[in-house]
Amino acid sequence: MAESTLQPPVALTTADGQPLKTSLARVERRARIRAFALVVPLLIFLCITFLFPIGQMLFRSIHDPLVVDLLPNTIAALKDWDGTDIPGEPVFAALAEDMKKGREDRSIGKVATRLNFEQSGVRSVITRTARRVAKLEEGPYKEAFLDANKAWGEVETWATIKRLGNRFNTVQYLASVDRRFDTEGNVVMQPEDRQIYVPIFGRTLWMSLLVTACCLLLGFPISYMLATQPLRISNLLMIMVLLPFWTSLLVRTTSWIVILQSEGVLNDILVWTGIVGEDGRVQLIYNQTGTVIAMTQILLPFMVLPLYSVMKTISPSYMRAAQSLGAPRFQAFWKVYAPNTLPGVGAGSLLVFILAIGYYITPALVGGRTGQMISNFIAHHMQSSLNWGLAAALGGILLIGVLLLYWLYNKLVGVERLSLG
Amino acid sequence: MAISNENLVEFTEVQKSYDGETLVVKDLNLSIARGEFLTMLGPSGSGKTTTLMMLAGFESPTHGDVKLDGRTLNNVPPHKRDIGMVFQNYALFPHMSVYENLAFPLQVRKMSKSEVETKVKKALDMVQLGGFGTRRPSQLSGGQQQRVALARALVFQPTLVLMDEPLGALDKQLREHMQLEIKHIHESLGVTVVYVTHDQSEALTMSNRIAVFNDGIIQQLASPPDLYERPENAFVAQFIGENNKLMGKVQHTNGENACTVVLDSGDEVQALPVNIAGAGSATLLSLRPERVTIGPEAGSLPNIFDAEVQELIYLGDHIRTRVKVCGHDDFVVKVPNAQAHAALREGAAVKLGWSIEDCRALDA
Amino acid sequence: MKNLLKSTTVARAAVAAFGIVSAQAADPLTVVSWGGAYTKSQVEAYHKPYTEMTGVEIVSADYNGGLAEVKAQVEAGNVTWDLVDVELSDAVRGCDEGLLEPIDKSILPDAPDGTPAADDFLPGTLTDCAVSTIVWSTVYAYDATKFPGDKPATMADFFDTEGFPGKRGMRKTPKANLEFALIADGVPADEVYDVLATPEGIDRAFAKLDSIKDDVVWWEAGAQPPQMLADGEVVMTTAYNGRLFNAQTVENKPFVIVWDGQVWDLDLWVIPQGAPNKEEALKFIAFSTDTQRLADQAAWISYGPTRKSSVPLISTHAESGVEMMPHMPTAPDNFKNALQNDFEFWADYQDELNERFNAWLAQ
Repeated sequence: MAESTLQPPVALTTADGQPLKTSLARVERRARIRAFALVVPLLIFLCITFLFPIGQMLFRSIHDPLVVDLLPNTIAALKDWDGTDIPGEPVFAALAEDMKKGREDRSIGKVATRLNFEQSGVRSVITRTARRVAKLEEGPYKEAFLDANKAWGEVETWATIKRLGNRFNTVQYLASVDRRFDTEGNVVMQPEDRQIYVPIFGRTLWMSLLVTACCLLLGFPISYMLATQPLRISNLLMIMVLLPFWTSLLVRTTSWIVILQSEGVLNDILVWTGIVGEDGRVQLIYNQTGTVIAMTQILLPFMVLPLYSVMKTISPSYMRAAQSLGAPRFQAFWKVYAPNTLPGVGAGSLLVFILAIGYYITPALVGGRTGQMISNFIAHHMQSSLNWGLAAALGGILLIGVLLLYWLYNKLVGVERLSLG
Repeated sequence: MAISNENLVEFTEVQKSYDGETLVVKDLNLSIARGEFLTMLGPSGSGKTTTLMMLAGFESPTHGDVKLDGRTLNNVPPHKRDIGMVFQNYALFPHMSVYENLAFPLQVRKMSKSEVETKVKKALDMVQLGGFGTRRPSQLSGGQQQRVALARALVFQPTLVLMDEPLGALDKQLREHMQLEIKHIHESLGVTVVYVTHDQSEALTMSNRIAVFNDGIIQQLASPPDLYERPENAFVAQFIGENNKLMGKVQHTNGENACTVVLDSGDEVQALPVNIAGAGSATLLSLRPERVTIGPEAGSLPNIFDAEVQELIYLGDHIRTRVKVCGHDDFVVKVPNAQAHAALREGAAVKLGWSIEDCRALDA
Repeated sequence: MKNLLKSTTVARAAVAAFGIVSAQAADPLTVVSWGGAYTKSQVEAYHKPYTEMTGVEIVSADYNGGLAEVKAQVEAGNVTWDLVDVELSDAVRGCDEGLLEPIDKSILPDAPDGTPAADDFLPGTLTDCAVSTIVWSTVYAYDATKFPGDKPATMADFFDTEGFPGKRGMRKTPKANLEFALIADGVPADEVYDVLATPEGIDRAFAKLDSIKDDVVWWEAGAQPPQMLADGEVVMTTAYNGRLFNAQTVENKPFVIVWDGQVWDLDLWVIPQGAPNKEEALKFIAFSTDTQRLADQAAWISYGPTRKSSVPLISTHAESGVEMMPHMPTAPDNFKNALQNDFEFWADYQDELNERFNAWLAQ
């Protein structure tokens, strides 16, 4: 460095007179393009199968165009409505027009379903009223509506429609954290008996932490064995660790059902040895305990492999050095060996935790009532309730949570210290 | 720094086996004096590192005693032996700074903070790394890491320091520099050093005494000049320095200081009997290349033979000359690059001569 | 919409690029149903005769109910299913949301005695987009060996864990369970939905469920409850009557069905919007819902035909020779205290009640 600053600032050129920098840039660009061409297939694959669907999901969680597109006149007419009293005739007329059109192209059901997510019962109010309104040639509509269903005389119904009058809104995200808009447009908690997602997020977090801790507790000693034992023993151990990896996830989960169920192997042994009585069989499955046990076993390799690969690189001479410097075995282990396994501990824990937090199939099969996690509810909204917007918002929160965690990890430990072996 | 007569370390009839079938160390008896710099030299697998590890406490002897300062070490765990150690790849703790690495042995000894600080500073100054305390080991060059490892092994003032091929990873120039530095530190501190290496020039440079290991046995324990000048068996002669071998049979001994050996080519050589079984036994004559005279005057030396120059290799300070003599065509002579010796050519016929003392009759 | 269009184009391109597009050949008809003994009854009664008659090949696929797959196919513009067997609430909702093709009822054949199809079908079993085939029912059954003395006979007994101790199996959904709870709590069948439409009624139903919550093992797939009952995991369980019939007659299990308080529902044919072989599908619907075909199906499974004219034609079980009529949900003895699942109620309240049910479960 010192020498180069002493050089006079003369622009260097190549033998044929081109500026050296341009020439260098050209050579490097060619190499870069070649390198880029090699990753293009993967990039396209990732874009189509990974980034694009995630983008779609996030988009869907805030993009809510149904009401705006299908009740355009109503939304326009409601623009100046102050929300204190039921709106006047022009709004009813606009809604009637939208409904007639909706009846014609069979789109009114979509609006009704969407609104019903916000306010139960609105679906039948709209479809029934629409059926009646379709027969009306002309106004006044207000009377007819009020006559058709008393829900049209309630401010809440109109507030619900107006609230969805934005193509982009955060209604689904609010719902994902057990909150909603009241008629005045304030964010309030859901009624207590419908508060579900925050506790489930909490439980998901807690169970994932528990699984991570169990994996670490079980995985650390085995990884240490793997890294320090002679090849013959460590190979055997490695096979035992990896064996579950080569078995289908469903097989593993169902074999846990066989072992843990109340008439299962483990309970039979407990009864047989007299530890518990015949009527005191322990409920080990279809609850949180079963889910944590099965997930710990399934995710264990994801803890062991990074730990092992890091421990393998820790020279045994560190422990010896520490001992020769006067540290007893345990102190040497704790002060010198353990800190060096941190990248592996971090990588393993992060991997297990991220996998656990989005785990679906195992909780679905052995989770019973108390072992369900957030992914099971996302699946519910994807498959049964068809509330894809809410499913997307729940997924979005999960994604943000994981990214946050990753950021935190990067801040505390540094991602460059992450070692997956 | 004088070496005391008192023994600090004593190995008595030590044997070591890993698998219960073969002995890695066979019946080792070795005393190391306080303040001595002793090197264990040998090829890999010769048992030198195992011996060092038994002394450090990471391996336990299968049989026999290891004593340090009169105390039997067999059941003393490594951390209570108070032995400093420098490892092959330094074994600096990567998650600690240089300062923390040096403070580690002091902290586990529960020294006060100020005491730790003074000692670490002194140790760092000793290896000329005063300003490097906050660096991580990975930010240091190989030579600097080596010095930190050295400082760490010395900072808690152990009576004995073990070094397990500490310079193996350095380039030649740095290695030679560090050899001298370690030698000077040893001299100024008076600490006892047991040093393991397979590099003979390193051993020759630094040691008070060298124990040459082979096949689990100390082949010879001697000072560097003795080892080079007076190897006691064929292995040592071969292992230390360059060596010409002439195979033959002892015809008869002429008193203590001479014997006549008939080579396989039929030539008769006068040699110094060192390690022979007596008349009629096979022997290997060992002759250093620099102790051979080219073109001696007739009768000036007891052994003079005709030879033919096969190859000349120019090495600057001397010319390595391969000649054919007494039926051996791999006989090497080092010819000093002095003005008088400029005339050799390949294929030339010359005369070679050597004295009785320089031609050692060893076990075959 | 524009975005959606764009995205579906990309998705389609992606699908095409990976060669996942299924053969769009017009010939075979893809018929999707619930699998197991039920699909078998359809294959025997509908598919085989239809193929024999027309030569059109029928590909039978299984699914787990719900509109998720239909919605995904319709939204992606890549419909591969021609005909789907759905529950009533899904038939109505799918029609409302434009996921299903409207079906002109004039294609349905008259009864053999000349009664028009519209009058021959039970009231409420034809909707804008769907034609019903069977009546099925959610009932509960117990293991006779577990109750040597008093035997459960009413819905109230299901909720009486003191009189009849042991674990209960229930489907993990509020549907039918809330109705059961109210019937057990003394609400007459014809008032159940009126009570359930009020907040107090919902509280009352949940309170009743709460009383046995700790004794309930929840099931999700229809095959689970007979298995749980056979394994001794539960002593009584709610289940679909056809599955119980199968366990009783084919597997000879000592199960007894309690018909009191049964909640019955319909299965209907629907055609997803944009189905590849819509015309053929309509022909198949007309064929499979005629009087004889519906009666034929009842020989394979204990679900009742929705045509009045089919009832006299019901004979014996094709495999065991058991007289089928007494096993039908619609048999007069079984039908005394029966309740029809109110699709309108569930279409309106299922989101709220699902959430509340899930929250209640998680507590």
